[in-house]
Amino acid sequence: MAVALVLVLIVVGSVLFHLLSPWWWTPIASNWAYIDNTIIITFWITGVVFAAVVLFMAYCVFRFRHREGNRAAYEPENKRLESWLTIVTAVGVTALLVPGLFVWSRFVHVPSDATDVEVVGQQWQWSFRLPGKDGKLGTSDTRDVTADNPLGVIASDPNGQDDVVVEAADLHLPVGKPVKMLLRSIDVLHDFYVPEFRAKMDMIPGSVTYFWFTPTRTGTFQVLCAELCGQGHPLMHGVVMVDTQQDYVAWLGQQQTFAQLSAPQQTGSADQAPGKTMASGLKIAARLETVGSR
Amino acid sequence: MVDITPADGIPPAEVAEMELYHPHSWWTKYVFSQDAKVIAIQYSATATGIGLVALVLSWLMRLQLGFPGTFDFITPEAYYQFITMHGMIMVIYLLTALFLGGFGNYLIPLMVGARDMVFPYVNMLSYWIYLLAVLVLVSSFFAPGGPTGAGWTLYPPQAIMSGTPGGQDWGIILMLSSLILFIIGFTMGGLNYVVTVLQGRTRGMTMMRLPLTVWGIFTATVMALLAFPALFVASVMMLLDRVLGTSFFMPAISEMGEQLPHNGGSPILFQHLFWFFGHPEVYIVALPAFGIVSDLISTHARKNIFGYRMMVWAIVGIGALSFVVWAHHMYVSGMHPYFGFFFATTTLIIAIPTAIKVYNWVLTLWRGDIHLTIPMLFALAFIVTFVNGGLTGLFLGNVVVDVPLSDTMFVVAHFHMVMGVAPILVVFGAIYHWYPKATGRMLNETLGRFHFWVTFLGAYLIFFPMHYLGLMGVPRRYAELTDMTVMTESAHHLNSFISIMAFIVGFAQMVFLFNLIWSIRHGREAGGNPWRATTLEWQTPQTPPAHGNFGKDLPIVYRWAYDYSVPGAKEDFIPQNMPGSFGPSREPA
Repeated sequence: MAVALVLVLIVVGSVLFHLLSPWWWTPIASNWAYIDNTIIITFWITGVVFAAVVLFMAYCVFRFRHREGNRAAYEPENKRLESWLTIVTAVGVTALLVPGLFVWSRFVHVPSDATDVEVVGQQWQWSFRLPGKDGKLGTSDTRDVTADNPLGVIASDPNGQDDVVVEAADLHLPVGKPVKMLLRSIDVLHDFYVPEFRAKMDMIPGSVTYFWFTPTRTGTFQVLCAELCGQGHPLMHGVVMVDTQQDYVAWLGQQQTFAQLSAPQQTGSADQAPGKTMASGLKIAARLETVGSR
Repeated sequence: MVDITPADGIPPAEVAEMELYHPHSWWTKYVFSQDAKVIAIQYSATATGIGLVALVLSWLMRLQLGFPGTFDFITPEAYYQFITMHGMIMVIYLLTALFLGGFGNYLIPLMVGARDMVFPYVNMLSYWIYLLAVLVLVSSFFAPGGPTGAGWTLYPPQAIMSGTPGGQDWGIILMLSSLILFIIGFTMGGLNYVVTVLQGRTRGMTMMRLPLTVWGIFTATVMALLAFPALFVASVMMLLDRVLGTSFFMPAISEMGEQLPHNGGSPILFQHLFWFFGHPEVYIVALPAFGIVSDLISTHARKNIFGYRMMVWAIVGIGALSFVVWAHHMYVSGMHPYFGFFFATTTLIIAIPTAIKVYNWVLTLWRGDIHLTIPMLFALAFIVTFVNGGLTGLFLGNVVVDVPLSDTMFVVAHFHMVMGVAPILVVFGAIYHWYPKATGRMLNETLGRFHFWVTFLGAYLIFFPMHYLGLMGVPRRYAELTDMTVMTESAHHLNSFISIMAFIVGFAQMVFLFNLIWSIRHGREAGGNPWRATTLEWQTPQTPPAHGNFGKDLPIVYRWAYDYSVPGAKEDFIPQNMPGSFGPSREPA
């Protein structure tokens, strides 16, 4: 009796928790509302199955609990019932899979008007690179990374000269324009994740990975690293600011190009770039030292 | 009395029985024993011991997450060492060792009607190499730099770099060495379990008369023998990268302004090898639990398991399918995105045989005669947590839904529910069920019920709300949840609540351990078959069974393992070795 009651309470409690608790996703800021919708479909289907199975169990425990003189039925198989359950399950699974794959297809096919934005992860900071006037990013190589060339842009590639380099500072994006995030790392695995954008992807040293999205509202959003990347991992935060077109152009005008940064007298000027709110890797390293020596 | 007629179809013995090696001294009887039952208890005790280390590590992690900034000694470095060791111990050194080395060794020979495993000496070696693997693992706590903090997935390149605890010290070397030893030891045991099931069954015990416990452990062992080699080669290659400076998994890297002498390796290759092992590993833990829980439900509901043949094929089908779903752990790893279509499809297909198993468990309860014994309570709790954790798997398996949820606390909640809580509830149910056979005494009922309620409800309260932290976007593997916009004030409160529940559930396990030890001497005498069960281990002449299990003659099997409440039979169970017919047989053949 008590057991059946507890089983019912688990179902009721779980459903109430789902509906009433304050813990829910952040307001979306990208075009990936499709993903949120797929999650809602999944919550409905799985929620119904969970409630049905556990309530059925509760009923069985109540109705068929042992009492003196009871005897169980003897029924090894029931082909009809088993086939029906298999078919119903297959239909349910298909109802989850088909919209999921449909949205995935959108996710992996980047629209042709998306602008490239490169994100470079390193322990434990984020840097960015935007194509210059030619609209093309120059090629890069981890072996070309030096103090003066922190992203390893290949100097001999003419496409790279006008690239805008944003080292260890905030990324700005214009609202309403699709962007293709090209993800690169120069040391270990990282993962560029902004909860409000709903998208994320690992960055792998030696490869370029990608995802795309369209920012749908202006604001300041926190970047989190979502792949364990060493002891500074939880402090590897960054900032993406989604601007109006006007603000974006103003910000872009203040940034340095690769050619400007490579000129000897300009070295290090990116560190004084305005709007810099992100802790640099070195600061994190210092903070870890303090934590470690406490 | 029922009418006993000679049964047909029992083949004559094919070969003469071989004499077992009988121990001559205390050492060969209890320490270097070749008796599978002693080896089983050695495996179980060692796994429990190292499991307690993992439990303490989980408390330390929950201290940090629930009460950030309060405990200065939990540095980020220490935190990552705790999560790594906790995960690796729980998955490999506790669950795999306990289900296969513990339950496999104890139950396979008894349930198939064999005197022992077919290669007793190799079986003994298996345990001692496992123990060595555990000692190497533990030694990393005392090595310079401490254990590795790379996460249990040990992803390169960071696993062997200086930004990760133990990466350039001894931690990662000892971890990889310990895994290599574990796999060697496991292979010795695993071959034994497989060959014993295939070749050591007694007369009349056809494959389709095996209890589902044996089917679960057998299939899991076959899978482990196919999956562990992938981890073995990955470990050897990473060890070479770390010690000899090869570049299997190491591309060109600029670490903190310094160019490392590696070039051309592939970090993602390791991930494929790891998950080619790692996904079947989930089912290596789950299938024995599936099998055992089927037998617990059937026995304590006094009803045959519903759809036995379907259950067997579901186990085999899940085992086979689980080898083609591994990259669903890698949807956001940066592998080619088209893989997502394939792996999402295979992953969701596996939900079908898994759902069939759930239906058949609950349909076994339907029109049963349900005795709410402690093993039955744990079996019911298993179904609740497994259904919950399995359904959240449909979120993560459906590639695009995984994108926002991957690497968040949702994943932590999901896998703890489905392969942590659910299988461990089965372990507890199984211990309450078979403890009387192994010791001759029952576990204390009052302590057992206390242990059950606190563990089940507490674990559910820990992991159910945790999903919602992940939905908010709280990432996993964060040693500090400070300065984060997703971590609202109420989310911190939820974390504190989860931590407090974790300490309470942990405390209940101490009560369980006390019960295990206390009942050896003070438990109620059990007799040979306290649950009135049909399978062969309950029909042994002595309890606990002596070396050789079955006395002078091996049992002959006349029926399947689930003849409960057969119409016309006087008792509500008919042991497998009882000859005779009770009306037209409805045993599925």
